[in-house]
Parts: sequence; C-alpha cells; structure tokens
Amino acid sequence: MTGIDWLILGLYFAFVLGIGVALKGSMKTSADFFLAGRAIPAWVAGLAFMSANLGAQEVIGMGASGAKYGIATSHFYWIGAIPAMVFVGIFMMPFYYGSRARSVPEYLRLRFDEKTRGLNAISFAIMTIFSSGISMYAIAKLIQTLHVFDGVFQRLGLNSSWIFDFAIVISAIVVLVYTFLGGLSSAIYNEVLQFFLIVAGFLPLSYLGLKNVGGWSGLKATLGPSYTHSWAGLSHASTNRLGVEWFGLAMGLGFVLSFGYWCTDFLVIQRAMAAKSMSAARRTPLIGAFPKMLFPFLVILPGLIAIALPTQPAVPSHARVVVGAEPPGKGIIPLKLDASSGQPMLDKDGKPQLDYDLAVPSMLLHYFPPGMLGLGLTALLASFMSGMAGNVTAFNTVWTYDIYQSYIRPGATDAHYLWMGRASTVFGIAFSIAAAYMANRFNNIMDMLQLVFAFVNAPLFATFLLGMFWKRTTGHAAFTGLLAGTAAAAIHHGLTLPAGAVVGIKGGWLAVTHTYPSEMAQNFWTAIYAWSTCFVVTIIVSLLTRAPEESKLVGLVYSLTPKPEEEPLAWYARPASLALMVLAGTVLLNIIFW
Amino acid sequence: MGIDIRLPLGILFLLLGSILVVYGAASDASLYGQSLGINVNLYWGVVLLAFGALMFGLSRRGARAEARTESTSQAPRSPGH
Repeated sequence: MTGIDWLILGLYFAFVLGIGVALKGSMKTSADFFLAGRAIPAWVAGLAFMSANLGAQEVIGMGASGAKYGIATSHFYWIGAIPAMVFVGIFMMPFYYGSRARSVPEYLRLRFDEKTRGLNAISFAIMTIFSSGISMYAIAKLIQTLHVFDGVFQRLGLNSSWIFDFAIVISAIVVLVYTFLGGLSSAIYNEVLQFFLIVAGFLPLSYLGLKNVGGWSGLKATLGPSYTHSWAGLSHASTNRLGVEWFGLAMGLGFVLSFGYWCTDFLVIQRAMAAKSMSAARRTPLIGAFPKMLFPFLVILPGLIAIALPTQPAVPSHARVVVGAEPPGKGIIPLKLDASSGQPMLDKDGKPQLDYDLAVPSMLLHYFPPGMLGLGLTALLASFMSGMAGNVTAFNTVWTYDIYQSYIRPGATDAHYLWMGRASTVFGIAFSIAAAYMANRFNNIMDMLQLVFAFVNAPLFATFLLGMFWKRTTGHAAFTGLLAGTAAAAIHHGLTLPAGAVVGIKGGWLAVTHTYPSEMAQNFWTAIYAWSTCFVVTIIVSLLTRAPEESKLVGLVYSLTPKPEEEPLAWYARPASLALMVLAGTVLLNIIFW
Repeated sequence: MGIDIRLPLGILFLLLGSILVVYGAASDASLYGQSLGINVNLYWGVVLLAFGALMFGLSRRGARAEARTESTSQAPRSPGH
C-alpha cells in the first residue's frame, strides 16, 4: 500500500463515519433507530437490500467458489436468489409491510404465537452474530495476508502476530461507530455507498482480467467446458464441478435455501420494512434483483480468471534462492499454508490444497497499480463492513424488540428501548468478535454458512409459506414444524458425509449411512429434508389443533387480506413489470451461459 | 428522513475520481505494466468523476424540486402531511 492507496481508504472511512455523525441528530425514537423512520426511497432500500447480503461470504466466497467450481457458481445468483427476490416482493411483502410488524419474528407472533416468535428471534440472533463474526474474520485474515499493516507495525516496533487481532478491533470499531450513531438509516446509506464502491473497484478488475485471458472465448479455451458452463453436466453429480445433480440444486438451493434466506431472513427484509410506502417496500427486492443478476460478472468471474492465468512462482524469483523451492499454487491462487508451521496444508490424498479465498485479493494485487489498488482494497473492505453492519442492525432490532421488550423488560419507555438498541449494538459486536475467532477453523466460508442456513433457515420458509397462504395453519403447528425441521436437518447431517471428508463437523457424527459426492450436495439435501419435514409436520399438527380465528388473521394471510392498492406508477416501475423484466433477464443469462 | 444519499455519494465519487485522474496523469507509464499497459487510474478516474457529477447533479435537482413542492404546498396544506 502506498500513500495514494491510504488516501483513498482514508477518504472512504471519513465518509462512512461522517454519515453516522450526520444522522445522529435524527435518531429521536426507537422507530428512527430500528426502522429508519420508515422513510427510505425504493431505490435506496433496493440497493441496501442487495448490499446487506454482499458481505465477506459474497465477494471472497463467491470468488473462491468461482475458482473452485467455475461459472456454475452463478447458480447462487440466478437460481439461488432472483426467483426468491421476485417472490418476496410480489407475494410476501404485502404481509410483512402491511402488518406493520417491526421485525420478521414479530410477524410470526402476530400470525402465530409467542413461542414461535421466541424460537425464531433467538435462533436468528445467534445466526447474525455468527455471520458478522465471519465477516470480521475475513477482513482480518485479508489484512494479515496482504500485509496492509505490516509497515506500520514495523515502524511502531509492534509484534506482527497481533495484526489479525488489530484488524478485528479496527473493523469492529468502525461498524460500531456508524451503526451506534445512526442506526438502520446509517447502515442503509452506507450500504448504498458500499454498493457503488464495490462496482467501482471490481468492474475494472473483471475487464482487465478478461482482456488478459482473451475474453470469454479465451477463458473457455483455457479452462474447458466444466468451468464455463452452468447447466451442462448437471444431469449427474459426477459430471459437474459442484458435485450436485440438477434436482438437488433446483430444490435445495433454488427453492429451499434461496427462499429461506431472501424471503424470511430479517437481515434483508428489514431493508424493505424501512421503505417509505407499501409500493416502495414491494419494489425494494425487485430493484435489488437487477444488480444481483449481474453481480456474477463482478465477483465470480475474477475467481475464474485467477485460476486460468499462467501459474506464478510462489515467491519472486530473486528471493527464491533464500526461501527454497516452494511449490507454486494454481493460476495466481497460492497454496493454503498452515498458520503455525508455514507448510502447505495437504488434503486426504496428500495433495497440497489451494487457498481459494485468496483468489480475489490475488487478482487485485496482480492487475491494479497504486491508486486503483487502493480503490479495490477499499471496495473489499466496504463489502465486509456492509455485510457486518447488516447483521448488526438486524441483531440489535431483534434483540431489543423481540427478546428484551418481549421477555426481559416489557412496558418501558421508548427512550429506554432506543438506549437498549445502542447498548445491544455494542455487545452484539463484542459477541461477533468471539465468533470471528471461531470462524478461523474453516476452509471455505461459503460451505460453513450453507450449513448454518440449512439448519436454521431451511425449515423456516415452510412455516412462512403455510402461514401466509393457508389460513388453517396454527401456532402450535408452526412451532412443532420448525423444531422438527431443524431436528431433521441435524439428523440428516449426522447420518451423511461428503466424499473424502472426515467424520465430525462435516457430518456423519451419528453414523455414516450415505455418502454424498460433495459437501454442497450434502448441504442442499440437508435443506430439502428439513423443509419437507417442517412442511409435513406443520400441516399434520394444524389439522389436529384448533383453527385460528379468522378475524385475527386479516392483513396476515393471503386469502383474508384485500389486494394491495397499486400506486399510480409508470408501467415499467410497477412491481409486476419489474418482476417480469428481471426474470426474463435471468432466463436469458442462463441460456447464454448454459 | 435525514439525508439525500446522492449528495455524499456524488461528493465521494467526485473526490475519488479527481484523485485517480490527477495521479493517473502524473504517474509514470511504467506503473501500468501490470494493468496491460492501460492507465486504469486515469481512464477509470474519468468514469468515476462523471458518475460523481451525475449523482451530485441529481441531488441538487432533487433539492430544488423539494423546495418547490414545499413552497407551493404551503398555502393549501392538507391535513396529515
């Protein structure tokens, strides 16, 4: 990092903190802090909806998956996000926004009962802490690997082994300051800033990389069809890089995991709930879907290019005599080194593993001169912080409204809950720091997140689907269904193992009854079992318990709620038109990259 | 509530664009070997400047439009607004 890069990074931090300070004065009630006063325009909420998800797992994880699995990673976008984003905007937002619930768990209390809300609130709170911890871990690991602070540490005479810890503290403090001061508004405005910064930092990277490898056709020639087709080869798990067959992908990722995340996760739904009107809330996920559809070209493509480039020597040639003949990685992706010994880590067959998480950072260092490098690194840090802030604001809201106000101290003044919102921002971040150290143990961040989502989120969409569209669904049924679904996920994980994995965190801890071709296939099927179990159990228990009173379900269930009135909007700005446009675009992309 | 995000967005990108353009124009061509001989700082800086100017312009237009609606809606103020 040279002076110009520090200048760019510093400028960005000044703006991030400045937004927090500028908003401090307008945080008068808890609704200002937790719901941004329900005054956010649709396009701002839409970009925030997308950016809140654009954390470390996205930029680093998707680049890593691009290098590992190829363009098929775009299924996480085109199958694993767009249809669900369209569904939540068109069909579910009328109930979320219309019910005036302040959070997703609160909707569950209105629709079902207290225990269903409690279950969801507590599991969600834990999950946000984990996710924000993973973001923080990624940021710290990256700073350590890229030697961003090494010069500064040397000059101050500090031990360079503290860089990881220092990076964690710094990123935590920045996010803490701006969410503490400006609450959800601050997080949303910064997410918009971060969105444009990520585009600004990554678009030239994809352009230069693609130009370098001879365009898409050059990439195809170098890598071969297994990397450059998203659907071809999906008829059987053994003929594609993901190790998944089309049914597992479409049902597990495209339906259960994707809808479970985009349609029920308060982290993203909160951005739409902050929109200024029903129509703005419905358009929020649809507007977010447009950039989402194109983001594979910014975050997945660099990973593919990194693996396609001619393999680089691991150390500069003039230094190699001193260091010894260290084996190079593949493309420009270095080998994964053991943190304590400095030796390459080996997989089960004794082959050295690649550190895929370094695909994107290596690309930045490879192509960007000083100046652009500063912008690229700032974009990377921006993505970490937007992901982390998204989790922090979702956590403080669920903690304050759904746990603290509901079970610990009901009936306090609004000022007290505003204070608690700020206090929970502080301890939420403190817990995230603990989670960051735990995250240190996993190879590919994406795989671990999928596992967490599978247990907690997968059954959830069955509950919402039945709750919103079948008025007979009861509270007891929703609660039992969720528990059964999560249990099914855990049991399935405990009974199966991905090929080549060791019994333990990867599965098989009860007994190994089935071996999946890949970890991803196992995750998708865990989700499918969890969802199906929750769906069936909820229906059975609903029929066995007393039907809820219909008068209490108005505004919460499809058949009992009048259709939302359309605001007078131009034809192309109506939710249905936006939905058709984004779906058509996605189909087209799938055909192009077949 | 609060702020029109297009204003800070515009200012940030005007500043980022200016930094890159000035640095790109002043820096030596040998710096750009790794970026395939393309002066990315200069060219991308120009793009960022244009984007910053667009956002800044939109925020000014938005502010003027808001001022107009406020002055016209002052006389027949409808209840609840």
